[in-house]
Amino acid sequence: MADAEGTGTAAAAATGGAAAIGPWARFRAEFAESRLAMVGLALLAAIVVLGLLAPVISPQNPYDLAQLDVMDSKLAPGEESATGKTYWLGTDDQGRDMLSGILYGLRISLGVGITSTVFALAIGLFFGLLAAYFGGWTDTLVMRVVDIQLSFPAILIALVLLAVLGQGVGKIVVALVTVQWAYYARTVRSAALVERQKEYVEAARVLALGRARIVFRHLLPNCLPPLIVVATVQVAHAIALEATLSFLGLGLPITEPSLGLLISNGFQYLLSGKYWISFYPGIALLLTIMSINLVADQLRDVLNPRLRR
Amino acid sequence: MLAYAIRRLGQSLFVLLLMSALVFIGVYAIGDPVELLVNPMADEAERLRAAAALGLDRPLLEQYWSFLQGAASGDLGKSFVFNVPALSLILSKLPATMELAFVAMVIAIAIGIPLGLVAGLKPDSFIGRTIMAGSILGFSLPTFWVGLVLVMIFSVHLGWLPSNGRGATVLVAGIPVSFLTADGLAHLAMPAFNLALFKLSLLVRLTRAGAREAVLQDYVKFARAKGLTQSRVIGVHVLKNILIPIVTVIGLELGSVIAFAIVTESIFAWPGTGKLLIDSINQLDRPVIVAYLLVIVTLFIVINFVVDVLYSLLDPRVRLGGASAAH
Repeated sequence: MADAEGTGTAAAAATGGAAAIGPWARFRAEFAESRLAMVGLALLAAIVVLGLLAPVISPQNPYDLAQLDVMDSKLAPGEESATGKTYWLGTDDQGRDMLSGILYGLRISLGVGITSTVFALAIGLFFGLLAAYFGGWTDTLVMRVVDIQLSFPAILIALVLLAVLGQGVGKIVVALVTVQWAYYARTVRSAALVERQKEYVEAARVLALGRARIVFRHLLPNCLPPLIVVATVQVAHAIALEATLSFLGLGLPITEPSLGLLISNGFQYLLSGKYWISFYPGIALLLTIMSINLVADQLRDVLNPRLRR
Repeated sequence: MLAYAIRRLGQSLFVLLLMSALVFIGVYAIGDPVELLVNPMADEAERLRAAAALGLDRPLLEQYWSFLQGAASGDLGKSFVFNVPALSLILSKLPATMELAFVAMVIAIAIGIPLGLVAGLKPDSFIGRTIMAGSILGFSLPTFWVGLVLVMIFSVHLGWLPSNGRGATVLVAGIPVSFLTADGLAHLAMPAFNLALFKLSLLVRLTRAGAREAVLQDYVKFARAKGLTQSRVIGVHVLKNILIPIVTVIGLELGSVIAFAIVTESIFAWPGTGKLLIDSINQLDRPVIVAYLLVIVTLFIVINFVVDVLYSLLDPRVRLGGASAAH
């Protein structure tokens, strides 16, 4: 949190500059009121940029076995190797530079988290709107499935799915989507049920607009605020869950190490005091999840109409 | 109430049957256990004999049917690896998991509710903000990584606590427990705290939110106006009213604690059901996987039911089984 001061002044500037009253300007100003949230946003932006630029800025390509030197394995952070290279965060058992491993791992963790959230959001949105708009047995059927699924912990469902499906990026995305869609369906449905009663929907009906148009152009935009909050929190959950599953050996294959797998890989060397193989990927994971949670917390306050000042 | 209980029971049996079919078919798709169990040098005839001995040569539907017949009489099949009944294998590991889960929950409650109250009563004070920042950290720390850091600090660096196993146990009513021996407590401390951390953060936030709302209510103002002491207002009037949602969440989270014990048990080599599940998945021990899931599903159904009933007892406004139940 060394950059707290720098972003603090940025936050103050953002608040000062939001005199114009548009919905976006007001949103930005309210969001910037929390310095902690701005720190989180800055941190998150930095992490995303680092993950995106991993192939450019990494000292080494951790997937290219030709670049790994077994002679350099398990070097402590900052230690110089026989060939004169310095590994700032140390190396793992295969001589992989931890810094490069973490940057590439961030890329995979973020990618898996965001991809699964987008798909889960789309599926949950569809079924949630369906349930709210049609009601009746459609509603009962969808919500019963949602209820049953949500009565089991996400990790258990994902674990069983992966045990059946096997390892791989695509498979873990499938497992995460299966686990997550129900949260969105429930959130959308309850928001849509409230919005459906409002006069603007009635007005749209009176204008004889098509069903699809009413649902997607009128109902949907007004259901978005709670969804955005849930989606932000769920990205963090998805990343944590992927890391946990990979740690248990059921997530990603060893050829494409995510942060969880790097941590798992270092676990066996922990008891002999070689902490860095597990520790630094864990810090990267922690900072990623925490920055998302900080942003989500503030979003919840800003987008919650009950706290509207 | 009785009608509600019966309907719930019917629903639960349906869910259980559905889950058993899904799990059975799903687990059937995982690899070929014969590959792992039979000597790789074995010839085809020997493989077929092994498959026949495990009942793996019959059609899937037939296997499921005989599984259901067995399940109805409490027989969930034999473990391929240990060659003992899967159910008794799981039940023998269940006390370790339950102990871990309960101790974790007690830690979360004993620390989480008081901290949440303080944060809720003094939301803008330094201590209130510190507690909230701590709870965000607790939410963000991945459970398994916290476990590793705990091992790193307390086992490797300081050498205070053992990093794996359950330690010495004593029998209480025929069930082995760790928390009554010093050695067992030393083994229990890290895994239980590790498992508790996430729920602790959750309880802090929940209690804080409840307390913030409650202190603004008229009944609190009235209690103050009557001249009651601060500790009585907080301890009786505020706490009692915010306890309702908290009890619900504690009950519901108990199930998720048991599920998350899978991770904690794997780190600390705690000999419970979670570690058994991961080992069974790696060894393709299908009967144990299926039996574990059915035991856990049953457990969750029971917990959910108890929570619902408790909720209606705690809060007279809640009516079970009426039109309001269709939320």
